[in-house]
Amino acid sequence: MNIVVAVKQVPDLIEELEINEEGTGLDPDVLSFVLNEFDDHALEEALLLKEEAGATVTVVGVDTTGELDQALYTAIAKGADKAVKIVGDFEEGERMPTPIMARLLADAIREMDYDLVFVGVQAADDLDGQVAPMLAALLGLPHVGVVVGVEKADGAVKVHKEFWGGITADVLVETPAVLGIQAARQAPRYAPVSRVRQAMKEATIEEIEVDDLPEAPDASVCRMFIPEATGRAEMLEGDEEAVAGKIVEILKERGLV
Amino acid sequence: MSTYFVIAEHLQGALTETTFETLGAARALADATGGEVVGVLLGHGVQDMAGQLAAADRVLVADHPALEHFTPEAYNAALEPLLQEHQPRLTLFQNTAIGMDLAAYLAARLNWPLIAYCNGLRAEDGAIVTTSQIYGGKVFAECRLPEGPGMVTVLAGAFPAEAGQAGDAPRVETVSVSLDGLRTRFEELHEPEAEDVDITKADVIVAVGRGIQSEDNLELAEELAQALGGVVAASRPIVDAGWLPRMRQVGKSGQKVKPKLYLALGISGAPEHVEGMKDSELIIAVNTDPNAPIFDVAHYGVVADLFDVAEALLERLED
Repeated sequence: MNIVVAVKQVPDLIEELEINEEGTGLDPDVLSFVLNEFDDHALEEALLLKEEAGATVTVVGVDTTGELDQALYTAIAKGADKAVKIVGDFEEGERMPTPIMARLLADAIREMDYDLVFVGVQAADDLDGQVAPMLAALLGLPHVGVVVGVEKADGAVKVHKEFWGGITADVLVETPAVLGIQAARQAPRYAPVSRVRQAMKEATIEEIEVDDLPEAPDASVCRMFIPEATGRAEMLEGDEEAVAGKIVEILKERGLV
Repeated sequence: MSTYFVIAEHLQGALTETTFETLGAARALADATGGEVVGVLLGHGVQDMAGQLAAADRVLVADHPALEHFTPEAYNAALEPLLQEHQPRLTLFQNTAIGMDLAAYLAARLNWPLIAYCNGLRAEDGAIVTTSQIYGGKVFAECRLPEGPGMVTVLAGAFPAEAGQAGDAPRVETVSVSLDGLRTRFEELHEPEAEDVDITKADVIVAVGRGIQSEDNLELAEELAQALGGVVAASRPIVDAGWLPRMRQVGKSGQKVKPKLYLALGISGAPEHVEGMKDSELIIAVNTDPNAPIFDVAHYGVVADLFDVAEALLERLED
């Protein structure tokens, strides 16, 4: 079984975000990037399947940051067999619209030998739709999203799809198929730095160079802005003792303690 | 005339609240632009549900055994020719475990633009201007949908449901669908397993997020919850890490709660989480990030280390 895991990097939301001068996107100069957390789950689920049923895991991504190598070597250190990056004349650090990224990924994956494509169900920056369903449409494959577990079956996979309020469903999908992973069955594993270093020394990342960006429908962003705090919360000031005292007062007023 | 399609969602025989919210948003757009709202209902034996889509002018019902339970493939196969034929100005989906499986797929198939995470919609000089909440709720993006058909997925809770429930009974039309050669088969729906603690019934919830850092630190949250006579709940990452059972998760894919007190410790307040707790009677949030979106929904906020505050609070409560 061959599993392709499509990954991307997104701005680290722990850091403070700033809007660019044009007011149309984030300022790439102050951003730091991390692997999309859902893609990390997609990789973990692929590695779990590899351990259980045997599989070759290939990680592929469009290098929109100039820093994708780090994520790809980490994936190899965790157990992926192969890494591929799609490079081209992209605006470094700028958000790549999902329809374009999905087309670049589809062109690369079409040439690969695969049974399953795993993608994180969503990303913090996929304003214009999620990668997994678009990829499925472009590859002409069935798709299930919001997946929280995958089991190998005969010529198919049994996927556990989540709805809401704790309701889930089992769905049987013939392979090849694309799955949008919400969460792996276990927390994504950690790759020790020594293993990542070893991967950097020993593994090679295959490069696919693209000349022109594909055409895709575009709903242009006219404005991006950081919403002003609605000021709903009344901020409690002071050291922890003072704050704790105020909280207890509030709770007493409402008869909660 | 502009046509607005609303794809209705239902699970276990009931239309979702978000369906009505979306329907109301479509109604407002149609009224502002002189358009028509068309509800689209897919399923098997769902005729009776169609009449509930009151804010629609008419409802198209596609009835087929393969649509009895939701699978993305069957739903998409039924929707694609329908959208192709009608070319609606805007097709509105919900940004949920159902709508997210449909919109992006159909957008790629039909080559139409899509805007996700939408919490604002308005007509402006013939254009449709959308507002979306992205980057974990920290940034808003305003987009202008070009002329011609387009799509949005609407965030739960962004529009009032009442507007979607008001109106006369819509005209119901049946559309035929052919669904052959499906490669996806629905097998079984699972109800959540009963748990000793039902967070939806608790008066007091101490909710923890990533800020709690490690499983061991949950003990502090548990002690605090006990001192307050409440229970511990969590945001998604804590449950995904396996530190708490799935039924303790608050948010879009978890539980919706309305306790008397929701004490949010180390929760940033991504829209997916806020959706599940914003109607709590009293929300107190502790976070180290003064810009955390949780402070927009909280009544009281504290910018501090959650451990310092939790320990001080515990001491006071135990006195």
